[in-house]
Formats: sequence, structure tokens, C-alpha cells
Amino acid sequence: MIARKSVKFRVMASYLFLAAVVCWSLYPAAWVVLSSFKPGKSLYSETFIPKSLTLAHYVELFQSKSLMFTTWYLNTLEVAVLSMLLSTLLVTITAYALSRFRFPWRKASLTLILVLGMFPGFMSMVAVYILLMQLGLLDTHAALVIVYSFGSIIFNLFVAKGFFDTLPKGIEEAARIDGAGNFRVFTSIMLPLSKPMLVFVALTTFTGAWVDFIFASLVLRSKEKWTVAVGLYDMVNSYQNAYFTLFAAGAVFIAIPITLLFMYLQRFFVSGLTAGANKG
Amino acid sequence: MFLASGFAVTYFASALRQAIWGIATLGDAPSRLVEVDGKSVNIPGDHSINLMIQSLIVLFLLALYIILCIQAARDAYSTGKRRNAGLSPSTFRQTLTYLHDFKFAQLLLVLPAAGILFLTILPIVFMILLAFTNYSSPHHIPPGNLVDWTGFETFVQLFRLSSWSGTFLGVLGWTVLWAVVATATTFASGLAVALVLSQKEVRLKGIWRTLIIIPYAIPQMISLLAMKMMFNGKFGPINQYLSHFGLGELPWLTDPFWAKLTVIIVNMWVGMPLSFLLVSSVLSTIPPDLYEAAKVEGAGRWQQARIITLPFIMFAIAPIIIIQLAGNFNNFNVIYLLTNGGPSNPEYQFAGHTDLLITWLYKLTLNNNIYNIASAIGIILFIIIAAFSIWNYRQTRSFKDEEMTQ
Repeated sequence: MIARKSVKFRVMASYLFLAAVVCWSLYPAAWVVLSSFKPGKSLYSETFIPKSLTLAHYVELFQSKSLMFTTWYLNTLEVAVLSMLLSTLLVTITAYALSRFRFPWRKASLTLILVLGMFPGFMSMVAVYILLMQLGLLDTHAALVIVYSFGSIIFNLFVAKGFFDTLPKGIEEAARIDGAGNFRVFTSIMLPLSKPMLVFVALTTFTGAWVDFIFASLVLRSKEKWTVAVGLYDMVNSYQNAYFTLFAAGAVFIAIPITLLFMYLQRFFVSGLTAGANKG
Repeated sequence: MFLASGFAVTYFASALRQAIWGIATLGDAPSRLVEVDGKSVNIPGDHSINLMIQSLIVLFLLALYIILCIQAARDAYSTGKRRNAGLSPSTFRQTLTYLHDFKFAQLLLVLPAAGILFLTILPIVFMILLAFTNYSSPHHIPPGNLVDWTGFETFVQLFRLSSWSGTFLGVLGWTVLWAVVATATTFASGLAVALVLSQKEVRLKGIWRTLIIIPYAIPQMISLLAMKMMFNGKFGPINQYLSHFGLGELPWLTDPFWAKLTVIIVNMWVGMPLSFLLVSSVLSTIPPDLYEAAKVEGAGRWQQARIITLPFIMFAIAPIIIIQLAGNFNNFNVIYLLTNGGPSNPEYQFAGHTDLLITWLYKLTLNNNIYNIASAIGIILFIIIAAFSIWNYRQTRSFKDEEMTQ
């Protein structure tokens, strides 16, 4: 009897603890969402749940002339989708070549990429800026796409290579015996098998491009070229608390697609991360 | 082919001289005002930094060209051999087939390698070189002034000059403390939540799990900016609740001690879900018969946790903890978006109480244009992270096991 009572107590305590954790996890998000429906502009609110709700801030977000939120949203979509496509291609071919073939300088290249990843990214920003200036690519979306895509090789290579390492060699050899060349083996055997890894790489680059405000604000000078992250950061920096509810509406709109993607694909992310850790 | 190589040779003959002169001297004529017909005219001089990058580009291209030449020479040699042996030299089409069949990996790697060479390696080499110059505001900023090579002067300045070394040691100390505490708190909280949820009596595991990982799914940029508003001293809801319950308001982001505590708490919010997910995935791999055996031996719940669960988790997660420690060392987002390094510290050079080395580097580069010091800090950061990583690889030995998974 005593034992059963203590089990009951333990389960009750566990539920209380979990409820507290969920409150702590959800509070900031709930607060921002509720604020975005709150009338008025200020940060200050008398109650947690606003007394009346309004959609005015969402309307203003897309109609305001000074904000250009619609343009930014489309810009972001363009940059994120193009970076996603280019980076997935680059990461896949690099990882495939380094995982499946043996050639001189292979180990050296792997070590080099490992070492490059250890330099703080900001260190190279100034040089990349000058390079882009000399190529006449400043203030263009192409610059962002190129830099994000090639940068993602260094971040994602080991996850992708680790994945290719685990694919059995037998399938590949069978295809070769059937007469498939290198290119065919890659496109019709390897690519279909590596779907989970492709999804992981595609989404990390997509979200990276979606939320980057540092490099993007350095490169994109004119307001109509901005991405949403740059616009939102500017909004917070220049108006502080004055337009808080508008910020909240913008934040909800930027966060929704990314949050949904993450929730939907969380399994890939964890396996991708642990694969990266195990393989180095 | 001859035309192309002839062109290349003439190009390098002139460009190389310019490049070597450029990188050796970094220019010798600053831009200056000259009186012409009673008007002062600006004569543009050498722009040291552009000269340096252009020289680097030429040197990188030259290196590529030399590699190509060696390949061509080898190719010509083997063609000659084939001809001497009475075989016809291979056609262009045959060369393509050869590339596809035997050099497929190299073919795939051409584009990525070129991109990494110019977009990553060249910038890093450039920034390392900057640490050995005096490229800094206010006296050595082109085009008004020239930049010169100064050897190890920057490092001497950073370690010996008391104003800089004080800031460096202060920021470094906080960075180490932050990395350790931030990693420990996120791991401990993730572990606690995972252990509670893993009890077999707890129902609706999927729903709890989904709710708990929501902070991980929200883009950090958004949640951190929102947190900044929440902890706002005057209007933020946190202080509002505190004063509502008569506890008085707290200077969450404006007092050095409270700001440090705030960034740690917020980082726990951001990082706990990931630790939770990782620990949960390890928990599910522990074989249940271990617990059965322990029960038979008479071990209580705590003993089971101490003898089976914890060692299992630590063994599987140790490398990830090291990676997180290194990641927190360079955790730019949390600090930059929440406090921007503030509150400012009058004794520091361009840094505040919560600045990490990485945010200090960012400020020195983009706000204050003290590039040489920033670059020296970057090199030091690299050395620290590299040491961490090497130690980690030694521990996990995954590099050695690579072939075994095949």
C-alpha cells in the first residue's frame, strides 16, 4: 500500500513538474502571439490576455508604405529557396566525392574543411564584403545566395558525408556490374537513398537564409532589397518599444513557416545532429 | 591552347610584379590634397586593403595555374609516350570519358573547391594577415592613410598594453564562465525533463514532447528579440508581474550582475529543448534488461539512475557536450540580440559586461573599425576552438573508425 501511494505521489509530482516546464517553454511565444492581436502600440499591457483583440497590426504590416513587408517577404523567399537549391547540390556532390572515392589529397581536404569551420565566421566578413564590392555584387540577392550556399558546404559536409559513409557499398557495386557509369550511380542510386540527409541540408540552409540579419544587413543596402530578418531587426533597433505590437505581428509572421517546418521534421534534425557528432 | 598559355604567361608576368609589390609594401602613396590652380584636388593614392586583396587573388590564381601547368606537362608526357609506343593520342572525347570514368570525384569537386578557395580560404588568409598590420581606426584607415606591416605588434598591444589586456582578460574570463555555466544549465535541465518524462507511468508522452520542444523550433532571432522586450526594465511584463506581487522591479538587462544572470536564464530557455531531445534519444537505446537485472540485485530507483542511466547518457553525449561547449564559447546570437554586450563597462575598450570574445570581435570590426585587434582575437578564438575539437576527436576516435562503417 505504501509503495503504491509513493508511486502515485511521484507521478503527480512529475505531471506538476512537466506542466511547469511547458508553461515556461510556451510563455514567451504565447505572449508575443497575444501581443500581436492587442490594440494600441505599446509594450505595456495591463493583462496577459488583452481585453479586446484586433487584426489591425497584420493589416498594417502588409499595407504600410514605409515597411514594405510584402516585398521583404518575397525577397526572403527568393533568397532562401535559391540558397537551399544551390547549397543542397553543392553539399551533396562534395560529400559524395569525399565519401565514395579515394584519391590523393582526400584526407587533407577533409582536415582542411574541418579546420576552416573552426574560424569564427565574422572574421572573413570584411574580406567577403570587399570581394563582393570588386565583383559588383553588393546590394544584390545573388551575393547572399552564393555566400550562403558555399558557406553551407563547410557546415554540412560532415553530416552529409557521414550519411553517405553508412550507405552499403553492395548496392553501388551491383549497379556498376549492370553497366551503370559514375554519373548514373550517383543520380539513380545514391540520390534517392539520401533523401533524409537532403532534407536536413536543405532545411538548415533555408532557415539559415530566412533568419540571417547580420550578413544580409551588411550586403543589402537599399530598403527594397532587404529580407524580413533585416527589416524586423531594423524595426526593433530604430523604434524600440514604440511599435511593439507591430513587431509582434511581424515576428509571428516570420516565425510561423520555420516553426512549422521544424516541428514537422524534428526527427531529421536530431538524427542529423547526432550523425554529425559521431562522424565528426 | 598555346595562345591561352601565352596569354596567361604575359598576364602573370605583369600582374605578379604588381601583386608582390602590393602585398610587400601595401602601397606607398596615401591619397592627398594637392593645390592645382588655387583649388585643392584630391589625388587618390594606394588603397592598402584593396591592394592586399587583389594581390592575394593574383597569388591564388597563380597557384592554380601552376597546378594546371603541372597537370598539362604530365598529360603531354603520357601522350608522347603513347605516340612513341605507336598508339594514337587520345581525342577530346576520349579525355572526357576518361574524366568521367576515373576522375569523377575530382570533376565533382571543381566547383565547390573553387568556391571555398575564394569565398572562405582567401578571406581567412586575408584576415589572418590583418593581425600583422596596423589596420585600425583612427590613424590607419585607407584611402586617407596607408596600412603597414607591423609584425607581432598587435599581439603585444593586446597582451601587454594595460587598457587592451585588461579588456581581453576580463572578456575572456566571462566567456569561459559563460560557456561552462550555459552548457551545464542547458544539459542539466534537459536531462531532468527527459528523465521525468521517460518514467513509464507518465502518459501522453508525444504531446508533452511536442510542447516542450517548441522553443527550439522558433527562430532564435525572433525569440531572443521577444525576450529582450519581456525583460525590459520599465514596460516589460516580467517586472510588471514582480511589482504586481509587491516584489519590486529588477534591473534585468541594465545591471552587470543581473544582465549576466538574465542571459544565462534565457539561454537555458533556448537550449534546454535540444539537450532534452538528445538525452531522450539516448534513453530509448538503453536495454531494459539492465534495469531488470539491477532490480533483481535490489537496487532502488536512485541507484539505478546512478549506476545505469547516467553513465550511459554521459558516454553517448560527452562528445555532443564538448561541441555545445565550443558552440557556447562563440554564442553570438544570445548575447548580441539580448544585451548587445551591455551594460557598458567604462574600464573596457569597446566592450560591455556581457560581451563574449565573439561579440567583442564583431563590435571591433563593424562598429569601431579596429581590424587588427579584431583579427588577433579571431586567431585566438580559432586556437581555443581547435584545441577543444582536437581533444574531442582524440576522445571519440571517430576519425579512425571511419572505414569500419563501410
